[in-house]
This record gives sequence, C-alpha cells and structure tokens, in this order.
Amino acid sequence: MSHIPADLRYAKSHEWVRAESDGTVTIGITDYAQNSLGDITYVQVPKVGATLKAGETFGVVESVKAASDLYLPIAGTVVAVNPALDSAPETVNRAPYAEGWMLRVKPADAGSVAALLDAAAYTKLVS
Amino acid sequence: MSELKRTPLRDFHAAHGGRLVDFAGWEMPVQYRSILEEHKAVRRAAGLFDVSHMGEVDVRGPDAARFLNQLVTNDVAKLFAGRVLYSPMCYESGGVVDDLLVYMRGAEDYFLCINAGNIAKDLVWIRERAAGFNVTITDRSDDYALLAVQGPRAAAIVQSLTGAKLGLVKYYHFSEATVAGIQCIASRTGYTGEDGFELYHAAGDAPALAAALLAAGQPHGLELAGLGARDSLRLEAGYPLYGHEITAEISPLTAGLGWTVKLEKGADFIGRAALLAEKENGGASQVVFFRTGDRRIVRADTPVLDAAGAIVGRVLSGTLSPILNEAIGSALVATTAVAQPLAVDIRGAKLNLSLVKPPFVELKKG
Repeated sequence: MSHIPADLRYAKSHEWVRAESDGTVTIGITDYAQNSLGDITYVQVPKVGATLKAGETFGVVESVKAASDLYLPIAGTVVAVNPALDSAPETVNRAPYAEGWMLRVKPADAGSVAALLDAAAYTKLVS
Repeated sequence: MSELKRTPLRDFHAAHGGRLVDFAGWEMPVQYRSILEEHKAVRRAAGLFDVSHMGEVDVRGPDAARFLNQLVTNDVAKLFAGRVLYSPMCYESGGVVDDLLVYMRGAEDYFLCINAGNIAKDLVWIRERAAGFNVTITDRSDDYALLAVQGPRAAAIVQSLTGAKLGLVKYYHFSEATVAGIQCIASRTGYTGEDGFELYHAAGDAPALAAALLAAGQPHGLELAGLGARDSLRLEAGYPLYGHEITAEISPLTAGLGWTVKLEKGADFIGRAALLAEKENGGASQVVFFRTGDRRIVRADTPVLDAAGAIVGRVLSGTLSPILNEAIGSALVATTAVAQPLAVDIRGAKLNLSLVKPPFVELKKG
C-alpha cells in the first residue's frame, strides 16, 4: 500500500506539494510514483530561477525501467532544487516525502495549492 | 491478449514480493526488492533466479552429434559426456535463429537449452533441418524447471544441499546430483559472469527446491533476484541477449562472438558460407560495448552519432551498471565509424561513448 500523507496536496500526475510557512511550496513525487518506477537512477530538475507554468514539464525521473517526465502542479518560480539527488537519486525511493524532495517553488498564485487534490482524492485516484 | 504462461514458481514469486510482468509471454518476476540491490547481491554473495521459462529440447539418435554439428556454429564434435557448449544457431544468411547451450549426456543423447521467446520458432527450425537425419527431437520445456544460483557464494550454497562433489564439476560441465533430495542436472553455467550452478529438475519439484535453496542461501547473503537484475548482470558481463546483440540481422561475427563460429571445424554448417564471406570481407557494422561516465541510461534504439552528428549506429542494450554507477550498453555501429569519436544525445545532452572490451567489471566465474 502506498503511503499518502494527509497534510499534502497532490497532482493527478503523481507529484506532491507541501505549503511551507514562508509562502514557498516543496514538490516531489509520491510513494505510489516511486514504487511504480522502481529503482530511480537519475533525476533531472530545472535551474534555480526558472519560471514555469502549471502543468509544464519541470524535469525527468529515470528508473532502470524507463524515463518519465515530471510536471509542475502549480505555476511558479524555482527557488531551490534538492542537491542530494545528483549523487543519490535512490533517495527518492527511500524517502519520497522527506529527503527525496525535488523542488522548492514560489507560487505565481498563492491560492493555487488549495485547488490540487487532497489526500482523500489522491487515495481514490491510485486505488 | 492471450493468457500469460506461468512457471511452477509463480506463487512462490508472488509470496516473496516478486513484481510479476509479461516477459516473452511468461508471467515472470522482474524484481523482488530492487533491481540494483539484487544485482549487487549477486556480485557480493549470491542470487536465486527462476529461469524455468527457458526451453529444453532432447536431441537423441545415432545421427545426433552429426546433426547438431551442422545445425550450430560452434564445434559439437569436441564435446564429451558431461560437457556443455555455448553456440549460436544461424540461418543460411549468417543471422542468428537463437543462441543456446548444448549438453552432451551420451554419444547419442544431447539436450539443448534455448531462449523462452524462441521456443516455438526454434522447434520448427530444428525439426525442419532434422529431415534426413536419424534423430528424435523432443520438446521437454514443460517437463523441466530451471533455477540458477549465481554468485561467489553459489557453489557453497548448492554444496550444502548435496552429497555430490560439486568441486569436480568445472565451468561449462554438468553432473547429475541430488540437491535437497531432488534429482537435478547441476550445470556449472550461468548468465551473470559469476560462478554458479543452473539446476534443471522436474517441474513439480520446483517449489521445494526453491525453498530449500533460499533457506540454505540466506545465511550466505543470497537474495531472490529477478529478470531485471539478470539483464543488468549479463550486460555488465558483456554477454549477448537474443533480440538485442544477436538477431536474425546481426550475425555472431558482427556481435563479436567469433570464438563461437568454428569455420574450420571440418563439418559444413548452416550459415557457414555467409559467415566465411563476412570474415573474409569484413562486416558492414559491428557490435561495440560502451560506458558514458554519466548516470543517464542510454536506452535501446538511441541513435549513435559521429563527431559531425551523423547517425552511424544505434544502441542495442543499455542500463545503469550498479557496480560502476554509470550508464553502460552495447551498440551496432558502422565499421567505418567504430574508430571515430562516438556520442549519443540524451534529452539534449551530448554524452561521449567510451568503447570498452567487456566484461565491464572483473568476473570471478568458474
């Protein structure tokens, strides 16, 4: 069974979003996504400062099996990327909601997070 | 979609967390825990693989040796009872029907181990070509299950379950042995580049043998290993996989398997004329192995580029080497371009290929 934390928001494309107290959001992929991909071998993320639209491709996650695009759930500007994933992409398998985070984004619209799926809706999606 | 075939160990895999996928029409475990971890366990200690989907064919009769020697490219005449031979089986064109193992049990008694995806095709081909020979071809694929124990601890694990002196069974030899009370053909062969045994046994005995090997192996660090690890292990060892490095269009000479093509073995064989011509004139392309120094996997069918960016080949197999921690693979490249700097484009990034004579890692087999 996939772990789906109650305090996060989710996209249909299997990214999670956490609203931080400083107004930024942290983004990663869900436990369901990492489990479906299998051993993650490479994570490609955008440069800090990149401004992206909602639904736009922000990177690629590669596993032994396949390479998959990553989609930004909300519009915004990238303020940080996880530096640990370069040398240890398997962190996403081990801790998808914690050390395996991918991006920190300053949302273009502060209200956009609330429009995403909540844990109950995402649970329904993947079950 | 037709029903997937199952090995006798399908429920064993499911009970042990195996992720079952369609492989050549078979429902097989691609992994249990992690492809990368299973790969490393085989290099470090041992892995247990279910390869019961492989096909087995008995070839018996007074003409068995003569028939096989004209059927395959390697020299069957140099076998003796208890010896195993790896060989491609070619078309007249020199392209490959399949690659297989030939086991000699006796002067008129051989059996073949063939690729799961090729069983039906091979049987048609072998039976057609057997016309005029006094041989009997019998498909035994459903009778046999096959478990492979591979890795530096493999021999000790199998030895702990048998009174047979496995130390006497050298690399590419086999012996009858009772393992965990189950009658087996213990073959010192494998597809990982490590020492180990492949145990052929009656299909009904497979669950008991798998359980015994797992229990005996776990104190040695043995893990269950799926077809994902089997593929990355074979590529790291530089072994060809049918449909990738060898195909109906890629001959064993093109694939760098010249050591398996015995043009002068004293018997004509299917494909000899074409292979002789390829040897004398050189082939238009050749299979090379590469590493990139980067973790991005270079997947099959990726175009291979020369310094000017022209396409001079294509990738045949690609994975991440869990041992080297970088992408490795094989490619079919125009012979005229092999000595040139080669590269691939992965999502806009140009990665240079460093050609490597495999194996990619030091092997400790037999």
